Amino acid sequence: MSLRNSAGPAAALGAFALLLGGIALAFLWVPNDADQGFSQRIFYIHVPVALTAYACFGWGAWKALRLLWTREQRYDLESYTAIHMGVIFGVLTLVTGSIWARISWGVWWSWSEQQLVLFLVLFLFYSAYFMLRYSTDPGPRRANMSAVYALFGVVLIPVSFLAIRLAKNFIHPVVFTRDGPQMEGTMFLTFCVCLAGVLALATALYQTELAGKRLDVKLRELRESLS
Amino acid sequence: MSAYFGDVAALARKDLLLELRARDTVPAMLLFVVSALVVFRFSLPTEASDLAATGLLWIAVVFTALLGLTRAFAAERDQRLLDGLVLAPCDRSAIWLAKGTSVLAFLVLAEAIALPAFALFFSPIGWETVAAFALADLGIAAVGTLLAAMAAASRARELLLPLLFLPLVIPIVVGGVGASVEPDPGRYLAFLGLYDLVFAILAWASFEYVVTE
Repeated sequence: MSLRNSAGPAAALGAFALLLGGIALAFLWVPNDADQGFSQRIFYIHVPVALTAYACFGWGAWKALRLLWTREQRYDLESYTAIHMGVIFGVLTLVTGSIWARISWGVWWSWSEQQLVLFLVLFLFYSAYFMLRYSTDPGPRRANMSAVYALFGVVLIPVSFLAIRLAKNFIHPVVFTRDGPQMEGTMFLTFCVCLAGVLALATALYQTELAGKRLDVKLRELRESLS
Repeated sequence: MSAYFGDVAALARKDLLLELRARDTVPAMLLFVVSALVVFRFSLPTEASDLAATGLLWIAVVFTALLGLTRAFAAERDQRLLDGLVLAPCDRSAIWLAKGTSVLAFLVLAEAIALPAFALFFSPIGWETVAAFALADLGIAAVGTLLAAMAAASRARELLLPLLFLPLVIPIVVGGVGASVEPDPGRYLAFLGLYDLVFAILAWASFEYVVTE
């Protein structure tokens, strides 16, 4: 297994170009939203970040499933890194969503904002994932437990979504309905560029973090074999 | 198949017998849930509605369940029993099912005291609240038993279980409180049933990985 790979730098370059282009499009090209005006442009960051967080959690759960399936220990680190990235993007979603809520509805936090509440639940859940990892000794048992917990997380997402939808009358704008995206072509294109940019950024961060963690493990093994 | 349920019955019987002789957990849960209700009575302003009190009843029950769950694997951990159980020639999920059954039994006992106490102190409760508690107990026992086994294997133990358990129990509280206070309890009860089904299958299938390497 090589510690160097070329996917990380390529993803980082792609993320830089796409995000730069996406932000330029969002600020210079797309028209103002008819209802919310200029402030709606945070949509081009907020929603891609949220979707990327979901993608990271899903990726982490997929790696967890692979770990339980094949018992190959390398998946443990991959699952952990993906969830680590998911939490970072989840916090960003909470922050950007909060800013948008302040501008649109005049409050920093609204319990009728179902996506924000969902991200808060997920944030608590995945913070406990880190507590679980830190308070268990490294080894196959910890890898298994983390994997099971990661799978619980990916099941919790739709269940919590349903619960929050059941509980609250919500004011969150729904853009993606069964009839496709409810926005203009220019807006949708900008959104897609931004989404690709944030996904590329997540990939770059994931690769870098994974390489670092693998190096860490390798270093520890070397130290142990020396002493 | 009957051998599987024979294993489950034997393991569950062991837990119930242990509790009957040592009386470690259930009296503590009963005392805790009544104390919590009394504390809630004083933490509410006098003009607070019965709806707020119903919400607090759910919190009291969730925390009582947490108290029971922290004790669930205490005997196994202290006396290294879990290693023996894992080595025994039975399906590992039988351990989960048996432990879940005893957790469920303790929780139902605690609620048999908590619900009448709530009716006495606060306001009478309807059939939909009882049904919601019955469904919620299944979910709490299913998820809680798995997480208790995880927490028992960690260094932090009692500290870790609430952190793992509370985010997963939020949907149960949403469904339970909804069924208790909303005029249309049907869909909340259906949601609780769905939660039980999904998480029971997941916990049943994944317990083996939590107790083995």
